[in-house]
Amino acid sequence: MKLAAQKIETDILIIGGGTAGCYAALTIAERQAEVTVLIAEKANIKRSGCLAAGVNALNAYIVPGQTPESYLEYVKNDAEGLIREDLVLSMAARLNQVTKKVEELGLVIQKDNNGEYVARGNRNIKINGENIKTILADAVTQKPNIKVLNRVNITDYIIKEGKIIGAYGFSLDSADFYVISAKSVICATGGAAGLYRPNNPGLSRHKMWYSPFNTGAGYAMGIRAGAEMTTFEMRFIALRCKDTIAPTGTIAQGVGAQQINSLGEEYEKNYGSPKTCNRLYSTVMENKNGKGPCYLNTVGITANQESELFKAYLNMAPAQTLRWFENGCGPAEADVEIEGTEPYIVGGHTASGYWVDTRRASTIPGLYAAGDVAGGCPQKYVTGCFAEGEIAALSALEYIEEKTNEWPSNAEVEESKASIDNYLSGEQGIYNIEDVEDAMQKVMDDYAGGISSGYTYNLPKLKVARERIDELIKLSNSLKAKDLHELMSIYEVIDRLYVCKVLIEHLAARKETRWHSFQENADYPDKDDTNWLKYVNSRFVNGEVNLILRDLVKRDEIYEHTH
Amino acid sequence: MSILIDTQKCNGCGKCREVCPGSLLYKNSKGKTEIKFPKDCWGCTSCVKECNFNAIKYYLGADIGGRGSFMYTKQEGNLLHWIIVAPDGTEKVISIDKSQANAY
Repeated sequence: MKLAAQKIETDILIIGGGTAGCYAALTIAERQAEVTVLIAEKANIKRSGCLAAGVNALNAYIVPGQTPESYLEYVKNDAEGLIREDLVLSMAARLNQVTKKVEELGLVIQKDNNGEYVARGNRNIKINGENIKTILADAVTQKPNIKVLNRVNITDYIIKEGKIIGAYGFSLDSADFYVISAKSVICATGGAAGLYRPNNPGLSRHKMWYSPFNTGAGYAMGIRAGAEMTTFEMRFIALRCKDTIAPTGTIAQGVGAQQINSLGEEYEKNYGSPKTCNRLYSTVMENKNGKGPCYLNTVGITANQESELFKAYLNMAPAQTLRWFENGCGPAEADVEIEGTEPYIVGGHTASGYWVDTRRASTIPGLYAAGDVAGGCPQKYVTGCFAEGEIAALSALEYIEEKTNEWPSNAEVEESKASIDNYLSGEQGIYNIEDVEDAMQKVMDDYAGGISSGYTYNLPKLKVARERIDELIKLSNSLKAKDLHELMSIYEVIDRLYVCKVLIEHLAARKETRWHSFQENADYPDKDDTNWLKYVNSRFVNGEVNLILRDLVKRDEIYEHTH
Repeated sequence: MSILIDTQKCNGCGKCREVCPGSLLYKNSKGKTEIKFPKDCWGCTSCVKECNFNAIKYYLGADIGGRGSFMYTKQEGNLLHWIIVAPDGTEKVISIDKSQANAY
């Protein structure tokens, strides 16, 4: 099979039709109806991205009595001070208006008798989020100036004279190689799962917290294009219900369940302040010290509470409700066992991703980033991704004024197409796609702080990981695809290998332990504020990951890149 | 994590193929839908909710506590019914009103 080139022209290309991408498209359509928008989505925007199964609550909202500044303080404290305050504050300032907008689109949000949203804690509101993605997709498809290309895998940006002028991709359904010219590109591909050996490596290998179909494409394309990346070393590892990898927060916050060990002791308080990473770290340590399994203490909740939990999980993580039925008893009769997941790179929860300015511009002109792929701004969750989609959209609109579409040369198009065609022709070597994926996940688990080492790493181990990942990148060049789905799988594994390569250098660079478990450097087990209240950034140049240490950006600063 | 598609019930309409976030569902030579990559299923139930023929059974792998039960859904206006079928055939139905927020 050989692909045939198809040219498409648009004003703004959005890569990824998930939470941030759909909201960015809607923002553009509503502000400037004459601007054309193309969403390139690898699946179908109706259920693609992180919200396929739904979402249980909106976890970033400024409830009465709170302010964007208090949200910032919460994020800053949870991230041990290492955030971009300008990004978090500009995101937090938009949380309530984007929520109102999505309610207008049809999202059910619980209200009290006075018409106020009902809070669940200090930053959360209650919703029925099972259909949140279909609501967004319906709104997008109703806009005449938004075109959606479903089932198209974008492979790389098109760069001309140092600017991003579009992207290349291929269809999953036909032998089409797309050359997309855009005056501006918004990257909203999400983060990266599947880097490390997962909790359930067999049949249920994809029963994971993060979408297994978010394979770091946006990071990898940015890395290959030489964009600056930040804070990859702040991995996200979720504390989840054992096996089903369903959320624990719904139980913990919903019915006030505490974490207990097998002796029935509440242990979280013994491991420092109640931060996201410490909830996980404390569970890892209890298991390490022989006090596991660990549980959420739900025994004794009422029948009504149990029934509401069954429903809440069906609305976002249905496997957990089925598991309770398979067990023959629900959470009222048996505590819910918990475990940590494999590490992910995800800028909506931690701070990993593109190094962007306050306007969400990457370091490459023409390219903006929003949502999980954008760095510096943890605890975005769903509404924060909407907010960033909006900011990136407004910035891209401003950028395209006076700009015209540009195209790569025919020789460049042929070269890019040939690199894809190469995977579709010739004989399969010794190793297939799954072999390379398994090897990558094993290397990362063994040598870069995966589940098996309790998330701990040291430099001698990282050196092994560095060598092995480089070998696997070489091996991946000889992979072959029998069909277009396999072609996508090849790109998914190659993209993750690039993310791993950069991640390893970031882990090695941070010579302290800033976030337990997320970044647990055995060579430097303590936090070092004197030397390491700095961002670890990097750029991939000529095959090497070049590290850049940057000073903290303050909240009142408008940060601009100095190219 | 995975699903089983009942080829007797599947009419090949393709609504499930369209929405799978992993693009894991394909039409087979008999015009029916099959899951080509069962190990790659996330378990999101997007396909289950699209199927009007109750042809898609959602189950837990034995590696994550599955003991042979499965689930499917039926839409009825604002209600989404989840039918959980135990290995002995007994059914339990949980109905969710989509116009109501979660209690937690």
